[in-house]
Amino acid sequence: MGLQREMQYRANFWVQLLNSAIALGTGIAAIAIVYLHTDTLAGWSSVELVTVLGVHLMVGGFLRTFVFPNMYRLMMDVEEGTLDYTLTRPADSQLLVSVREVEMWSLIDVVSGLGALVWAATRLADRLGPAHYLAFLLAVVCGSAILYCIWLIAATLAFKVVRVDNVMQMLSGVFEAGRWPVGVYPRWLRTGLTFVVPLAFAVTVPAETISGRVDWPWLAAAVAAATVALVAARLVWLWGIRNYSGASA
Amino acid sequence: MTTENPFSLLSYYRAGARVGFQRDLQYRMATFMVLVAFLFEPVVYLSVWTAVARAQGGMVGGFDEGQLAAYYVVWTLVRIYNTAFDPKAWEWRIRDGRINTFLSQPVHMFHRDFSFFMGSKIAWTLMWIPIAAVLTLIFRPSIAWHPVNVGLFLVAIWGGYAVRFLVLYVLGMINFWTTRGSAIFGIVTALEMIFSGRLVPLQLLPAWAQDAAAWMPFRWTFQFPIEVLIGRLDTAQMLAGVGYQAAWALGLGLLFTVVWRAAIRRYEAVGN
Repeated sequence: MGLQREMQYRANFWVQLLNSAIALGTGIAAIAIVYLHTDTLAGWSSVELVTVLGVHLMVGGFLRTFVFPNMYRLMMDVEEGTLDYTLTRPADSQLLVSVREVEMWSLIDVVSGLGALVWAATRLADRLGPAHYLAFLLAVVCGSAILYCIWLIAATLAFKVVRVDNVMQMLSGVFEAGRWPVGVYPRWLRTGLTFVVPLAFAVTVPAETISGRVDWPWLAAAVAAATVALVAARLVWLWGIRNYSGASA
Repeated sequence: MTTENPFSLLSYYRAGARVGFQRDLQYRMATFMVLVAFLFEPVVYLSVWTAVARAQGGMVGGFDEGQLAAYYVVWTLVRIYNTAFDPKAWEWRIRDGRINTFLSQPVHMFHRDFSFFMGSKIAWTLMWIPIAAVLTLIFRPSIAWHPVNVGLFLVAIWGGYAVRFLVLYVLGMINFWTTRGSAIFGIVTALEMIFSGRLVPLQLLPAWAQDAAAWMPFRWTFQFPIEVLIGRLDTAQMLAGVGYQAAWALGLGLLFTVVWRAAIRRYEAVGN
């Protein structure tokens, strides 16, 4: 349904294409400026850093395509009392609220991120084997799952406090920190980006694997973190709908 | 735009600023969270450049760690003073007809918007103070406090606001001609990001980019006030910078009055 609606506005495609190009362009410009002054940043070369940019764009595109629009609609439904229509359907409510909307044009960000990744991976090809690509896939799936869970938990808070769009805005601000490897940050921030909003798993670990330096303990930790996040999100969701009083109350 | 009695205009500004101040103070939590979201950007840049400086033996582009910290801590305040009326917002202002109400009022809507954002900055500044204290404790910025710099900073930060407000206001006029303005806004925002000193101090850009920045208004809105406060400019440079701000504000103000007349002519021709 969301797909059909979007197709009507083809001009949005060009606007989104331009926005993606700008995001990619400024990202690359920032990397280029940094490497005018140094050869290595926290152990990353410039080509390796392009993988971080690529993963960040790709995961950001995933969030904007599938997660943000659904969470936004969930918050709106809670505010307006229209969530009851969804909750009374004979299917899993968490699944339903997570797949109602698709903002298709944001897939362009996924493609541009993928483009940056392919560019970097071809330059690092001699260190990459099938294990790296598989590890990368696993890391990206885990990272995306973790981010989905964080946003779902934040949106579920809307059951209690109604207006959580500021929390969303803050999370988006935090997500920008994923544009650079977490090793760059001071320790307190690195800790926060590993355990609180785990961009370390969502962006840095996938970028590491596709740069040819799979850190197996970190990859295992990413899988564990994704599992914990999925369980936590599920529990918070169940708690949320149990406490949801609906429009009739 | 200039026909009003200056005394009534002054009281209008006071009233407009009060509205902006009260709105942002009323939604304290919202304002505070937006501020925290703002914070990540400079903290990211500061971390990256500190890492670069360390890799280069403690200095990069004439900045040591303390000066980089000073740059990005003051950055947060300047960022607040750089917020202005979003050019995209003209689209719904035109579409939902609210502009008609503003057009029928005796005072130009420029003053309404300009004073509103002035007041909102006072509220934001109050909430910024504890954040600045925390940032100072964490990052240990080195600032050579000097009364002349502090005084000129107060001029430069408002001058920067005036220039940026006018840049965005002129850009907003595009909405009178097309609803696809967002493409242009996106490009200008990207240019501003690089050539204002927001992403990185301009000294760290390649020479050609520094030359290009000299032809744009952006450095006077962003990097200039920062450099005034952290003490990287001598008095002559600071005064010259305030002069540049005044010149840009004047030029953009003139441009705005011309474009505004054309925009309203077009609006009245199409709108009825």
